Amino acid sequence: MRKVVRIASWLYALAVYAFIFLPVVVLVLFSLQATSFPIPPFTGPSLRWYDAVLSDTRLTSALVNSLLVASISSLAAVTLGFLCAWGFARFVLPGSGLLRGLITLPLTVSYLIIGMGLLVLFNWAGVPKSLLAAGIGHVVINLPLCFAIIYSQMGNHQINIERAARDLGAPEWKVLLLITVPVMAPAIFAGFFLSMTFSWDEFVISFLLTRFGTTLPVEIWNLLRSGLNPKTNAVGSLVFAVSIVLVVLFELTLLRRRKA
Amino acid sequence: MTAPLVDISSISHRFGQHTVLKDVSLQIEPGSYTILLGPSGSGKTTLLSILGGFVTPSEGKVFIRGEDCTSVPPAKRPTTTVFQDYALFPHMSVGSNVGFGLRMQGVDGATRAAKARDALALVGLAAAFDKKPHQLSGGQRQRVALARALVIEPAVLLLDEPLGALDLKLRRQMQDELKAIQKRVGTAFIHVTHDQEEAMALADHCVVMNDGRIEDEGPPERVYHRPATRFSATFMGESTILAGTVTETKDRTSTVATPVGPVSLPGALPVGAAVVLAIRPEHLVLGEARGGVRLGTAGVSDVVFQGSFKRVLAVSVEDPSLHFIARLPATATVRPGDTVAVSCDTDQIILLTD
Repeated sequence: MRKVVRIASWLYALAVYAFIFLPVVVLVLFSLQATSFPIPPFTGPSLRWYDAVLSDTRLTSALVNSLLVASISSLAAVTLGFLCAWGFARFVLPGSGLLRGLITLPLTVSYLIIGMGLLVLFNWAGVPKSLLAAGIGHVVINLPLCFAIIYSQMGNHQINIERAARDLGAPEWKVLLLITVPVMAPAIFAGFFLSMTFSWDEFVISFLLTRFGTTLPVEIWNLLRSGLNPKTNAVGSLVFAVSIVLVVLFELTLLRRRKA
Repeated sequence: MTAPLVDISSISHRFGQHTVLKDVSLQIEPGSYTILLGPSGSGKTTLLSILGGFVTPSEGKVFIRGEDCTSVPPAKRPTTTVFQDYALFPHMSVGSNVGFGLRMQGVDGATRAAKARDALALVGLAAAFDKKPHQLSGGQRQRVALARALVIEPAVLLLDEPLGALDLKLRRQMQDELKAIQKRVGTAFIHVTHDQEEAMALADHCVVMNDGRIEDEGPPERVYHRPATRFSATFMGESTILAGTVTETKDRTSTVATPVGPVSLPGALPVGAAVVLAIRPEHLVLGEARGGVRLGTAGVSDVVFQGSFKRVLAVSVEDPSLHFIARLPATATVRPGDTVAVSCDTDQIILLTD
């Protein structure tokens, strides 16, 4: 009886993981297809579609755009999020709880709503559709995330460390730069990498707010309109690989923080 | 008479509705070791924070070297603080920690390193220069914090329960070292503690605080032998407290009626005044009444062996609300349940103003 339960639980686990990962596995597998259709039978492995992706200037420039938008918007989001977290953690503000709630609220609002709102706003303000507009959109969605991560790690035990620095003659900006930022570095990096991941994958806001030069997810969508082929699989696999790297970096920085 | 290094003038402080300091005035002499002694909630830590510039008092002023520092920020006043949790910078080496204050003053790297090494040598940690704080023990971190605060040569060094986190043996050892370091550098130290043994061992000037006020201040010997108030008689060491009324004054001697009989005291006191007397444990005599003043008889309730002496608790037969605390030699043969005569010498009775 016990053995049956054991086998059943293993089967269940297997089924769950298959359910989650099978789409990705299929995507990656057929990106290595040697023939022109990403359907069984598997004819690879071959790297010809990766070669096709990398020689497609539209895709490569979209890839560069995506990286630019992701890194710059994440940098902005993490900087602003850190300053918010520091302000809330170190100063007594009227309605602090309410304000903190408001700042994290965008986490619960759908990207579509945020994207539409920004579209209307930028239209009204005369900001053209561009990578800059999409980047601002990504700051809007990632700032609350960075704030939440950094704020959660900003404990009271650092207050005396900052006081000590002030006591030894450090002006406020040096306290922040030489003490608070290095001490908070793991949380700051974690926020940065998670923002990168979300920005890198983000489609709706980029789709709504860019026109000619656009990000990789939007370019992939353009590609998909002409039907599935192993090239879309290949570029999808690349996106997935970068995401994995970013998530691993995020986990590593957060884990290191726990050990310390 | 030189001007005091620190002059605290009529400081009061409130946190919301709660008054933590009530019209406190205190003067600190250059080169002195001052201890602020009191139970938690007595306002001693708040007073230290006011001196360090972390708290601006609701009322009153703080002068350091004659300058009004009341609302000068910590960075700009000639004080440094050794925090209770040491507050070392975890991402910097010990050497960079100690050199931080000099770095803020714009001192160049080589001078900084040399001075930091000297400061570490002063606290006996010359070898730790390249280590990280987490590689050090609690006692070593304490020394680093001390070196870091001393290296910029403050006028006053503030120590917030610096030995609180150390175990007893290490605490006594660090206590001796703190005193030695203070004598060597000659900086005025102001040290907050609730440990009266620490206070007696370290202080040149002992300030006993309770409920936001200074109860008593002076050299520790004076505070111990002649405490000014009932609080300092019971907080700085233990005392047997005896309440009474003055019945007669004659030839500069007053007689006080107490529950255990009349007690004669030197000095003329107004007849009819209620007074409080204190007797230190080592001055009580149990057994045959050798002392000059008879204090009735008492039933011994507890005898605690403490190594070099025995601490004896006894309840007066004449007044069961009166508890005697006595310190007897380790060889004493009293046992719980014994009934003994209690006495002491006239000149060992302390008259409290309270």
